[in-house]
Amino acid sequence: MQWEIVIGLEVHAQLSTRSKIFSGASTAYGAAPNTQACVIDLALPGVLPVLNKGAVERAIKLGLAVGAKINSPSIFARKNYFYPDLPKGYQISQFELPVVQGGSIRIQVNGIEKEIRLTRAHLEEDAGKSLHEDFHGMSGIDLNRAGTPLLEIVSEPDMRSSTEAVTYAKTLHSLVRWIGICDGNMQEGSFRCDANVSVRPLGSEKLGTRCEIKNLNSFRFLEKAIDFEARRQIEIIEEGGTIRQETRLYDANKDETRTMRTKEDANDYRYFPDPDLLPLEIPSMWIDQLKATLPELPEARRSRYISEFGLSAYDAGVLTSTRELADYFESTVKQLPAQAKLCANWIMGEISGQLNKEGIEITDCPVASIQLAALIARISDGTISGKAAKIVFESLWQGELNQDVDAIIETKGLKQISDGGAIEKLVDEVLAANAQQVADYRNGKEKAFNSLIGQIMKATQGKANPAHVNAILKKKLGG
Amino acid sequence: MTLTVNDVKRIADLAYIEIDKDEAEATLTQLSGIFNLIETMQAVDTSSVEPMSHAQSVVQRLREDEVTETDQRELCQSIAPQVEAGLYLVPQVIE
Amino acid sequence: MFNASLKQLSDQLAEKKISSTELTTEFLKRIKQLNSEYNAFITVNEEMSLDQARSADQMIAAGQASALTGIPIAQKDIFCAKGWLTTCGSKMLSNFVSPYDAGVIERFNQVGAINIGKTNMDEFAMGSSNETSYYGLVKNPWDLSAVPGGSSGGAASAVAARLAPGATGTDTGGSIRQPAALCGISGIKPTYGLVSRYGMIAFASSLDQGGPMARSAEDLALMLNVMVGFDPRDSTSLQRKVEDYARDLQKPLSGLRIGLPKEYFAEGMSKDVECAIEKALDEYRKLGAETVEISLPNASLSIPVYYVLAPAEASSNLSRFDGVRYGHRAKSYSDLGDMYRKSRAEGFGPEVKRRILIGTYVLSHGYYDAYYIKAQKLRRLIAQDFTQAYQQCDIIMGPTTPTVAFNLGEKSGDPIQMYLSDIYTSAANLTGLPAMSIPVGFGNKNRPIGLHIIGNYFMEAQMLNVAHQYQQVTDWHLKSPV
Repeated sequence: MQWEIVIGLEVHAQLSTRSKIFSGASTAYGAAPNTQACVIDLALPGVLPVLNKGAVERAIKLGLAVGAKINSPSIFARKNYFYPDLPKGYQISQFELPVVQGGSIRIQVNGIEKEIRLTRAHLEEDAGKSLHEDFHGMSGIDLNRAGTPLLEIVSEPDMRSSTEAVTYAKTLHSLVRWIGICDGNMQEGSFRCDANVSVRPLGSEKLGTRCEIKNLNSFRFLEKAIDFEARRQIEIIEEGGTIRQETRLYDANKDETRTMRTKEDANDYRYFPDPDLLPLEIPSMWIDQLKATLPELPEARRSRYISEFGLSAYDAGVLTSTRELADYFESTVKQLPAQAKLCANWIMGEISGQLNKEGIEITDCPVASIQLAALIARISDGTISGKAAKIVFESLWQGELNQDVDAIIETKGLKQISDGGAIEKLVDEVLAANAQQVADYRNGKEKAFNSLIGQIMKATQGKANPAHVNAILKKKLGG
Repeated sequence: MTLTVNDVKRIADLAYIEIDKDEAEATLTQLSGIFNLIETMQAVDTSSVEPMSHAQSVVQRLREDEVTETDQRELCQSIAPQVEAGLYLVPQVIE
Repeated sequence: MFNASLKQLSDQLAEKKISSTELTTEFLKRIKQLNSEYNAFITVNEEMSLDQARSADQMIAAGQASALTGIPIAQKDIFCAKGWLTTCGSKMLSNFVSPYDAGVIERFNQVGAINIGKTNMDEFAMGSSNETSYYGLVKNPWDLSAVPGGSSGGAASAVAARLAPGATGTDTGGSIRQPAALCGISGIKPTYGLVSRYGMIAFASSLDQGGPMARSAEDLALMLNVMVGFDPRDSTSLQRKVEDYARDLQKPLSGLRIGLPKEYFAEGMSKDVECAIEKALDEYRKLGAETVEISLPNASLSIPVYYVLAPAEASSNLSRFDGVRYGHRAKSYSDLGDMYRKSRAEGFGPEVKRRILIGTYVLSHGYYDAYYIKAQKLRRLIAQDFTQAYQQCDIIMGPTTPTVAFNLGEKSGDPIQMYLSDIYTSAANLTGLPAMSIPVGFGNKNRPIGLHIIGNYFMEAQMLNVAHQYQQVTDWHLKSPV
């Protein structure tokens, strides 16, 4: 039997506000335990929540970026359950009427575009952290994270493979960073995924029973967890069993998912509108203002790179994977509009390779786009060869000679000899000194041609313009 | 509507309040009376009425995104049942 | 001195006939002497009160005094006050020294009023007799065998017994007005949203409202001038122009249309109460007011609606009491869940548990629409009744309670009978309307009777005017049980 995997994702994106969603405590990461948990975050008796405008703005921005409806009014509700990292005994979230409703995200998998629909995105507060290292058999609770604003972005079950799920997650990850609402730092938990996974016989319309996998804090784990979970479910069904709806945890060490809690003993959350918070109204003027601040979105840029610069869909996709990379590309290409492909190749090749090697981001790239453009200009006007350009690039990266491309070319003597007369003279000299190879070539030994080129390049210390050398040599030998 | 002792136990469980059998039975009698009173609501047709959550029809006020709170850990933890290394201690949390 | 009104004490302080330190010392002495009789206070802290009194005297000397500077105010133990034990009448908070001040406390501190002590109350404000307090029942100064009412029973008892010239209360279903009526004092629950709820330990967030309790309408106005004000920390706090609630006290009442809901004058009201209310209404007619019969068709639904909504909100509001960060934690337990269940079972009294269970049930899966949503819809119908009524009248009057104070222990075993004490008062909380009670005589066993005055939204100044004019021609508010 052929099986189809059906996946929906719930992503918790931590919004990049300075203060918490309902209190004025800092959201900065890494502070000493409970030093950023104010009386409101601690749920002391009598404290009350007041909504952070910055959190709402970020939610609206996402809604605009995915073409969703912005609900007004939107309602905050209490989700009631007991847990030591949840100080109030309820989480303020949204149930009916979330801020963002609907919308979609387009993903590219193997060159094919697919639309993933969003169900909703709602604002809520994060919980604290339970630390399980042993305090005489007890757990320690740190509430610094409690009250950090989250946007829970829920997709429809529109994905059919772990690859699609990961691509969607990466696209969304890129988008939230692109529009500046989330720093996307997965190690710090700023972008967390839960996956709803079910399987069904290929061609079946009916959805299978799903399991929710929690705690997926990397794209690799997301992929592995989905693959494991799908295999697990298929095996159970093929052996005649049935899937039990439950929440499962992914254990990265064992590469498996295991039961966290079953639906039957899941909490009855007793959602109801939070009486401490009033309906959130979002006037259309506010939405318009935010719309005006949104940058050109990755999708728009991608298609513009294809149409305006003639890039391949793949190149356009890579260059728009982050806004910073795309901005770098654009400011490079702005100076060399005719050399877009060459700019793309350099950024995706040398620049990305070097950034990866050193583990730094494009924003920290030691070679500014203006310098890269100067370098590419010298390649395209024939001043230097591609090989020499790599030497210049290395020098730029190291910050030599004030990162002046022409000075580097001059100082390192990397200028190509493009003067036809000079090259012809050299060719003549080499031909005279290598009569045997000339003869070989004329006798049909093609290899001898390359050998002669090598001799000429050697004589010029690689500075001769190879295209010119090639042409002149062909002419002479042919003559 | 008829409440049972099991209902009482179930809601006590949801509310995280320990309750023994005798208490549950005593509570059942009281809650049944209260729910009889509450049931009188059902006599009124409200099909065309919008629920009212707040006394005033005002909208949510928003706070500027500014850090206004300072570290009060020492003061706040001085009244905590059990703390160590700045953490609130609870019986082992099992996930 | 103890029989002087808050206004008179304020004048004496301003005229430097007495210092705040002297005044505070005298009240502290009196509390020390008499509190064992009434149990009106849970906490008294002489040192902190006197510190405040000394600062108040400096303010007065520096010419920075306002009406309440140096005046001792008894604070209901539901208001968090920094450095003060704040118990909310519960064992759960028997060790909770608040690290912060409630908005209301801050406002009193700013004007230099003295926190003379924290008053007893029904546990988490759930009760109508002050018998659910973990710190013992409170007695009615008029009759020590009678309840003072609740939940602000300690506040009412303290004011009636002259242990404080004024006190704060909170009112979720009648908790200011009912004890004010039963103890023969005046009390007002302002329009929802006028008094900050920040730091006022929540019972039912959409119904809770703080307000003053004192002996006269004039005193209430002075206190209201301090208590009302926008607080950015409370999302439901209203941003309005500052008002002087004493501005209209002297206005004549001619032409005032008083609405009398026929539903409030029907069965349920005892004869003595009816008689006192009728006499008070006669007085109003003499003052130039006219009375009109109005109807609040859904009046009988207030109690069932209230007993769905208030417990629902309470069940969630009280989830934070889990023994993790503050408050009572059970001594022995087997695991985390057991710690929660035991701490909460031990920390909460029976009435609080009962309401948490009701609330948990009405919010639980499958019952939410039938109870919670239904109650919210009826809440709207009840509010619409009042909107209709205010087209025919300026102000509404009736009895605050169906009977005079009942005996201690009389209703404590029968929650439903207890709940019906709020039959006239809970509608003001459901609608958010301002409402007050003033003493209008004595009934059965010479126990006090309160007149309930319900105003339209934000009409507090008018209500105080209406109450004050009555108090100018009667002396019920001057009667003292001691």
